[in-house]
Amino acid sequence: MNRIHYLFNNKKERVLSIYFTAGFPHLEDTILVMEAIQAGGADIIEIGVPYSDPIADGPTIQDSNKIALDNGMSMKVLFEQLKGFRAKIHIPVVLMGYLNPIIQFGMEDFCKKCKEVGIDGLIVPDLPMQQYLDEFKSLFEEYGLVNTFLISPQTSEKRIREIDENTDGFIYMVSSHAITGAKSGISEEQIIYFKRVQEMNLKNPRLIGFGISDAETFTTASRYSHGAIIGSAFIKTVKDSKNLSEDIKNYLQSVLKN
Amino acid sequence: MIRVDEKGFYGKFGGAYIPEMLHPNIEELRDNYESIVASEEFQQEFQLLLRDFVGRPTPLYFASRLSETFGAKIYLKREDLCHTGAHKVNNTIGQIILAKKLGKKRIIAETGAGQHGVATATVCALMGMDCTVYMGELDIERQRPNVERMKILGAKVVPATSGSKTLKDATNEAMRQWINNPVDTHYIIGSVVGPHPYPEMVARFQSVISEEMKWQLKEKEGRENPDLVIACVGGGSNAAGAFYHYYNTPDVRLIAAEAAGMGISSGKSAATTVLGTPGILHGSKTILMQTEDGQVVEPHSISAGLDYPGIGPVHAHLFDIGRGEFVAVEDEDAMKAGILLSRTEGIIPAIETAHAIHALNLIEYRSDDVIVINLSGRGDKDLETYIKWGGY
Ligand SMILES: Cc1ncc(COP(=O)(O)O)c(C=O)c1O
Repeated sequence: MNRIHYLFNNKKERVLSIYFTAGFPHLEDTILVMEAIQAGGADIIEIGVPYSDPIADGPTIQDSNKIALDNGMSMKVLFEQLKGFRAKIHIPVVLMGYLNPIIQFGMEDFCKKCKEVGIDGLIVPDLPMQQYLDEFKSLFEEYGLVNTFLISPQTSEKRIREIDENTDGFIYMVSSHAITGAKSGISEEQIIYFKRVQEMNLKNPRLIGFGISDAETFTTASRYSHGAIIGSAFIKTVKDSKNLSEDIKNYLQSVLKN
Repeated sequence: MIRVDEKGFYGKFGGAYIPEMLHPNIEELRDNYESIVASEEFQQEFQLLLRDFVGRPTPLYFASRLSETFGAKIYLKREDLCHTGAHKVNNTIGQIILAKKLGKKRIIAETGAGQHGVATATVCALMGMDCTVYMGELDIERQRPNVERMKILGAKVVPATSGSKTLKDATNEAMRQWINNPVDTHYIIGSVVGPHPYPEMVARFQSVISEEMKWQLKEKEGRENPDLVIACVGGGSNAAGAFYHYYNTPDVRLIAAEAAGMGISSGKSAATTVLGTPGILHGSKTILMQTEDGQVVEPHSISAGLDYPGIGPVHAHLFDIGRGEFVAVEDEDAMKAGILLSRTEGIIPAIETAHAIHALNLIEYRSDDVIVINLSGRGDKDLETYIKWGGY
């Protein structure tokens, strides 16, 4: 069974997914950061493949992408680093990357590599649903990769239902009209949107991301969904860290405390 | 046939590769723009403004001394005489009327040379709309007069500080801001790039260029079709406008001049069809300059308007099927061509446009060929660059 399915079969609330950029802050940190995220009690690891033009990302993740690329990170390097990681990491791991680097690698080769190293799912923010269905769905399925779609407060009910139909992992709820890291705190308006989607009784679990940064926002988001995704706040935590394992553990403890 | 299909593709290129957060905006535009643009109400307002505000039709001018110099019959389509000084305003007039009909209150735009920014700030002033223009930090430096023009017109100019700090990065930033303000804001893209329906929509607003060329040539030459049309290509909007009504007339050669920067193999170039490969940039599948790993390469051109690592999907298609002939013009040659036009015809062209002039040196033609060069803009904005270059 895919680890993502296994996770949501067994855990229905306060699921925490952590995004980090591969190759950041240093090229060789990838496995170390993954181990620390697992040790700190997160449920899903989302590895960002850095890209030169991340149009859905705010300044924090733009910076981490740039530094990672300058450090020499690439798809090829990442797959090399990920060889054998399943000996240490047992929680679900999702790759998040923009479409162009994946296409240049070759979609089938990419899916094959993902399966080989033990990736469970993909988030490709600029891969629209129709293109996915027309061109890539059968490949993803062949290699056992769960595809994750994003929805935002602007997504119509009809489209949310279509997305729910066409995925079987989880739905990534973008918390507001925003790129990553844009806002802090959760507003009344956002809660209305969380509730609206909650009441749609979708078949897929939902994780809320963008603007989640601490125990308070994590707990609030979890009240209306199965959990949340933290990206920019995590990147800020590791940015100037002198002791990654320790700082990551402390940060995750602070988020997960009730 | 060269035509966009219902999914937004020209052959292999085009489409709408956008984050889901932009889907509602793009869908709204896609579902409404054709019917709005086709409506009599829209057309009346559009035509009236093109005539009385922009100053259309722009002349088709027989350049006798330039013709003598090159040994062909050369006409210049005078888009430099459009209000604001370049073809860019044809598109912004169309999009601002559209934005109003869609009930939008705010406008955002990206700009490279600042011509599109000025054209956008101008129509926003005209319609009383709030306007923010994203511009690369480097371009803010080298196109200062246009930055001040935008401010005088009441627009906010926000520097894009990532990457090469030029047009590509300004476009990224505008897209991010559109994600952040999806409801009341319309994004006026300045070239035939971006997700469907932008490339075709912008091309249609610019197609007035070749529409006029046809009847103007008929008057002057007794035939609607020239032998060659030449235009520079950054994203490709002036070229798309000049080629539009000739796409499917194979007798008319379509020449696209790209910026070779300091030379094709110098590492400082923007010659997309020479250096690029198929991929995805700013929401469409096209040809772009990228590394093996699919990272976008930072381009270089002395002209801010051509300093872009991709081309619009329609141009990628024209290149792919061999319908368009692409030439690459180096910085130095473009500057010299700008001086040549200044001295033979009394017209100081934009440096973007000067690339199209130099293309005459790179292609074969016959002495009785009728050639139309699309004179996309005037050189006022580039005085500082001409002065710094100094070779006159
Ligand atoms: C005068 C002029 N010509 C050409 C261009 C390039 O744009 P496009 O290729 O879309 O015509 C610009 C862009 O700023 C411009 O100002």
